[in-house]
Amino acid sequence: MLSALTFLAKLLPPDRLLCRPEQLAAYESDGLTAFRARPLAVAIPETAEEVIALVRFCHEHKLPFVARGSGTSLSGGSLPVLDGVVIALNRLNRILRLDPELRIAVVEPGVINAQVSQAAAPYGLHYAPDPSSQPICTIGGNVAFNAGGAHCLKYGMTSNHVLGIKAVLATGEVVEWGGASRENIGPDWCGLFTGNEGLFGIAFEITLQLLPRAECFHTILAGYRTLEQAGEAVSAVVASGLLPGAIEIMDALALEAAKAAVHAEYPPGCEAVLIVELEGPREVVGVDRMRLDEIIAASRPVEARPACDADERIAIWKGRKSAFSAVGRLSPDFIVQDGVVPRRRLGEALRRIGIMAREANVRCANVFHAGDGNLHPLILFDGREPGALERAEALAGNILRMCIEMGGSITGEHGVGAEKRDFLPVMFGPDEMDCMRRLRAAFDPLEIANPGKMFPGAEAPALSHVGLHPLEQAGVIARE
Amino acid sequence: MASLAPTSISDLADAVRSVPHLLAVGAQTKRGLSALDIPKVSTKQLSGITEYDPGEFTFTALAGTPLSEIHSALAEKGQYLPFDPLLVEAGATLGGTVASGLSGPGRFRFGGVRDFILGVRFVDGSGRVLRMGGKVVKNAAGFDLPKFFVGSLGRFGVLAEITFKVFPRALSSVTLCVDVHGFRVQGSGFEVQGSEFKVQGSKVSAQNEPPSAEVAPITVASQIMIEASKGRWEIDALDLLPDGKTLCLRLAGPAAALEQLSADILTHWHGRSLETAEADALWSDLREFRWAYPQGPLVKVPLTPQAAPDLFSQLVQAERPDQSRIHLSAGGNVAFISLPSAEHSATLDQRLRRLKLSGLGLRAHGPLWYGQRPENKITLAVKQALDPEARYPSLDS
Ligand SMILES: Cc1cc2nc3c(=O)[nH]c(=O)nc-3n(C[C@H](O)[C@H](O)[C@H](O)COP(=O)(O)OP(=O)(O)OC[C@H]3O[C@@H](n4cnc5c(N)ncnc54)[C@H](O)[C@@H]3O)c2cc1C
Repeated sequence: MLSALTFLAKLLPPDRLLCRPEQLAAYESDGLTAFRARPLAVAIPETAEEVIALVRFCHEHKLPFVARGSGTSLSGGSLPVLDGVVIALNRLNRILRLDPELRIAVVEPGVINAQVSQAAAPYGLHYAPDPSSQPICTIGGNVAFNAGGAHCLKYGMTSNHVLGIKAVLATGEVVEWGGASRENIGPDWCGLFTGNEGLFGIAFEITLQLLPRAECFHTILAGYRTLEQAGEAVSAVVASGLLPGAIEIMDALALEAAKAAVHAEYPPGCEAVLIVELEGPREVVGVDRMRLDEIIAASRPVEARPACDADERIAIWKGRKSAFSAVGRLSPDFIVQDGVVPRRRLGEALRRIGIMAREANVRCANVFHAGDGNLHPLILFDGREPGALERAEALAGNILRMCIEMGGSITGEHGVGAEKRDFLPVMFGPDEMDCMRRLRAAFDPLEIANPGKMFPGAEAPALSHVGLHPLEQAGVIARE
Repeated sequence: MASLAPTSISDLADAVRSVPHLLAVGAQTKRGLSALDIPKVSTKQLSGITEYDPGEFTFTALAGTPLSEIHSALAEKGQYLPFDPLLVEAGATLGGTVASGLSGPGRFRFGGVRDFILGVRFVDGSGRVLRMGGKVVKNAAGFDLPKFFVGSLGRFGVLAEITFKVFPRALSSVTLCVDVHGFRVQGSGFEVQGSEFKVQGSKVSAQNEPPSAEVAPITVASQIMIEASKGRWEIDALDLLPDGKTLCLRLAGPAAALEQLSADILTHWHGRSLETAEADALWSDLREFRWAYPQGPLVKVPLTPQAAPDLFSQLVQAERPDQSRIHLSAGGNVAFISLPSAEHSATLDQRLRRLKLSGLGLRAHGPLWYGQRPENKITLAVKQALDPEARYPSLDS
């Protein structure tokens, strides 16, 4: 180990190679604070050349490494490997090129998601993927996890906006895929790389597509007596032929929390609130909004409130985006899952989650991307109470199994990471798992890139605490 | 020997295992992509939509299903494949479309094949049937192999069944045609003489031309494509016709809104709106490559609208013009180049190299690859992972 450190010291100046326990403490965990592991060292490269040299060094010495952006992964994706190297990419944070004519941004991996849209704003452009961690998470982390957000129904996930990738693979090979064009020939390597969860190597330059910002929005909030009615309204909107930018639902517990946290106001006596947003050129939104308003009126809500101006729209989204952290504050600890079910089975899924939660005597709130069938059950518990964590985990596991059984997925956007790796073989059969292992071995024959994630088997440190991310506690970010 | 026109997925796996070397084909509309002298397994009889619930915005179909069948089934429910597949009338299959990675003009708005594929069942090189990705619109579990199969040309596995995301189809559409011919240099930009329509040529500039010389139509087209792509209109398709001087803009949405949007666009660029029948014929001709030489290579070249003028000046306006015809599609992000005969392939290859561009030959005439081609070790490693016995041909053949 010491010899590894000696060699590493030749690659980076001492202030960018952290080895002392007090320096390492900050990197021991990620957004899933349940897991902790102490790395051997944290390397802080500032250039692509340094990243390449570090990975090649790790390859040569069979030293495990974990790339790290902002450490907001909710599934333990950026959890360090015990006695491995953390390669922290935050200083590769330059937007190398922003070309409004081609509508692209070429960025280093440590660039913060929201900064891309900020840089593009003067040209009337934006970067569409908007995870709620966007003020803090990095493009490198988004690419590794194929991050989503509230607008996936119409715009897709990170993968749909990555045009080019330069990466150093775990073998030390440097590759360059795609570029400024929206089109491509040959197999889609950028598509395969995106969502690899840090198991293939490190992306050091990423070309993103930018889109014109929507000219006009129409946002409507509607309260319903029951969750089923809200679910039926979603089906009606989808069947109408409209293509909303976002369709979101919050349940009673989430509403209560949002009211307390940001003084959001909702129609009284509702078990669920639905938010639907249209966006596009003003002429199109002008026509579509009339249809949407009719559909919502016909779904017999307790009350429907269209946002009359930009401030009202912002208020609706503030309540929605704060809901998760707000629920988190109701309880000392919680687990969030992000399984997906077919949209038509959302009502059934929510009912079953409710029943399972009552049976387990665990409180569970739901705030979710209804348009995508992407659930976000938030399981509340108090870790100091004996057996509470185990009950919460058992419920989380049952929810994942239900998602698989319904023909959905164990994760819509948070990734498998360390947390759900035991469920990947539930969703996929032995041949599929073998195929994925072989793919991984093609990119990383030595299993040095982020080992212990995605695939079951390796040892992981025990759960300790499952609560708000430290940055959420500080009010810097909120989760969806 | 097992049948090489299997009728079920398990038959397909048997067929794959029955021969040491083979390549899958669909309707062979893109014959260049399978022009190898080895046994072919046809998916022709592996056809049909297996799941379709309009409320999910997804469907699943067997790989040999003709796109025309999928089109009709979706249209019945007011939905469509937004990437606007090519060669639908020629009989192209879903599997062939994914494997060749081809998208049509409509890919401009919401993305290409890669942006709508959700899951696949495929037969790997060992003859195993594997399911990757998912059947729901959002899924982040496991590696995204379905995307990798887009453009994989049957070299990594045979697709048996594919799940796609679909969108509701807009209620109506309008096509506008802008003539990009006859613009003259004027100050820092260029304009049509005797009219008020101007195009600012900032990046793709007309600087080197003497004042009032005619600006190459492609320069004007490129600039309009760039401007229109940044606009507020959510344009559905933006293509330059093979005549080299007609730029076509398609809008899709509610009729009442389209009228106003078109009027607004036509205050920026001088043009006219087409009758429905004329517009339908125009887009169909593009999708079916009816404009292309019937007996020559047809090459797909990804590029950017900024790079298009250089490509055109190398090909069409070269000192010895090679008679190539070019359809510039997806807002200038892809060129389909048709050559009169295979004799011209070598020249195109050289010219693309010089421009640092790459191309894929879609027809049996001429080579499979054109221009520059990056070589990565990982390509071989992934090939070995999915097809260890090299049952399928390599990407180089
Ligand atoms: C409050 C909160 C809200 C959230 N909301 C959302 C949401 O709405 N949608 C959503 O999708 N996610 C959400 N997340 C999860 C998380 O923000 C995303 O997964 C994000 O993409 C992680 O980015 P990061 O920079 O923090 O990456 P990290 O956590 O540092 O790393 C994540 C993974 O990426 C790998 N990695 C990082 N950089 C690179 C690189 N350059 N090359 C290769 N691999 C790399 C790491 O090894 C790790 O496996 C939320 C998280 C929190 C805490």
